[in-house]
Amino acid sequence: MDIAKMTATELGRKIKAKEISVREAVEAVFDRIKSVEGEYNCYVTLCEEQALKKAEEVQKKIDDGTLTGPLAGVPVAIKDNMCTKGVLTTCSSKILGNFKPTFSSEAVLNLEKAGAIIIGKTNMDEFAMGSTTETSFFGPTKNPRNPEYVPGGSSGGSAAAVAADECYYALGSDTGGSIRQPSSYCGVVGMKPTYGTVSRYGLIAYGSSLDQIGPITKDVTDCATVLEAIASYDAKDSTSVKREPEDYKFTKALVEDVKGLKIGIPRTYFGEGIDEEVKEKVLAAAKVLESRGAIVEEFDLGLVDYAIPAYYIIASAEASSNLARFDGVKYGYRTEDYDGLHNMYKKSRSEGFGAEVKRRIMLGSFVLSSGYYDAYYIKALKTKALIKKEFDKAFEKYDIILGPAAPTTAPKLGESLSDPIKMYLGDIYTISVNLAGLPGICVPCGNDKNGLPIGVQLIGDCFSEKTLIRAAYTYEQSR
Amino acid sequence: MANVITDETIEYVGILAKLELSGEEKEAAKKDMGNMLNYIDMLNELDTDGVQPMSNVFPVKNVFREDVVTNGDDSENMLANAPEEKDGFYVVPKTVE
Repeated sequence: MDIAKMTATELGRKIKAKEISVREAVEAVFDRIKSVEGEYNCYVTLCEEQALKKAEEVQKKIDDGTLTGPLAGVPVAIKDNMCTKGVLTTCSSKILGNFKPTFSSEAVLNLEKAGAIIIGKTNMDEFAMGSTTETSFFGPTKNPRNPEYVPGGSSGGSAAAVAADECYYALGSDTGGSIRQPSSYCGVVGMKPTYGTVSRYGLIAYGSSLDQIGPITKDVTDCATVLEAIASYDAKDSTSVKREPEDYKFTKALVEDVKGLKIGIPRTYFGEGIDEEVKEKVLAAAKVLESRGAIVEEFDLGLVDYAIPAYYIIASAEASSNLARFDGVKYGYRTEDYDGLHNMYKKSRSEGFGAEVKRRIMLGSFVLSSGYYDAYYIKALKTKALIKKEFDKAFEKYDIILGPAAPTTAPKLGESLSDPIKMYLGDIYTISVNLAGLPGICVPCGNDKNGLPIGVQLIGDCFSEKTLIRAAYTYEQSR
Repeated sequence: MANVITDETIEYVGILAKLELSGEEKEAAKKDMGNMLNYIDMLNELDTDGVQPMSNVFPVKNVFREDVVTNGDDSENMLANAPEEKDGFYVVPKTVE
């Protein structure tokens, strides 16, 4: 029995049935990490000692009946932009290279309440800015399906760790596709919930109006189970949304039934720029759902091309404001030689941030500056309103929008960063979902001729995670 | 229309962004920002007259809480993250003569 290969819920059941101890679950995953981590570099920080200690505590609580949930005793990996009390949280940046938070993020606390054991913090694009995990200060993560390729990003470490069995499940964050795109590239399941569903408290902010935490897992059952554990209303996040109690029971949607479900396929998603094999496999996934009773139709979704420019204005603007807090005073890196306060700020930031982060802070500062604010920032917010309207129109007719998560499979390492705009264009299918606050799930739907995974993305209207889970689960069971 | 970013603009944005770029970085930033703005200008094709700018997709209001302290004094742990601290304070370069 290879424990490390198990899904989270499978392992949780065996722990509950006393077939596997929590300690064994932790040891199995660290054995696996020791054998492959040198090659893949999924983690920034590993906490083996702490995890083994926690395993004892959690085992006791399982034995005495305090912890009974499906994730009790199951080890988890956390993206390194979520604060973990006393555990290094770097955002894969030099500027936070030595930062140990004094509190844990709400999503992490929710997992701990469910009996999760944190085994480490996963690598990412610096401050979640990037699509390949190559902008990490700690070096790139490799795609476990083929280490010559990137795992995607920015939650590349989390997706790769799940794919490589270096964890049973992971948390990622998604500002413009950062959960769904790496899940697609690594052949795992990833979901970005409706904005406001999972608390952002303790998530180091990039683009606050777009950021959302979500699960990256080995299958759809795990995805629903993890989402159920992390979703909660939280007064500490002013954009947290209070949903109906029944609405948080995502595992209830794990049923095989898509009869009569209306699925729309945007024609514009399959035009210029999409790889033939991606197109073929994604449309084949739609056929599978159709064969199970769903009604599948093509339609025209407007304004698709305008999402990327609007996103990069809004995200960069918010980033330039959010990242102003890194000043070399309260935490993080401070330059060695400086002349006065302002010079210290400038030098600490210039030496502490990497090239992509600086590029976005500069762009964000520019679009918010006097004289350009209306032309760029306000224009982008108006575009966002129009994009939301397009989705509203689509969801009057369809329950789900189906498409790819990315136009191609994973690119080779070292091929993306030299042309930022080309890299940004790869976000075309994921970005509008963040702008409109919608939920989206990515599920593996095959491989290309090089054996690299392809994912199908299902997008739903706000608060329709259950519909997405039901369709994703039905698809997964039908393959 | 191609956007040309001048040295003055890069200097100014550098001040706003509190970044000190090297000569090489400045040249790269001029090019990158120009390219990005050329691309972003695509938005001008859209007629957005009369459209309300949308910052949040849900109608959110200010969230207030009672002014009661719920977290304890954690200053020691917080200061442990500071690059430099002394007697319970953050140390910064002298700012007033």
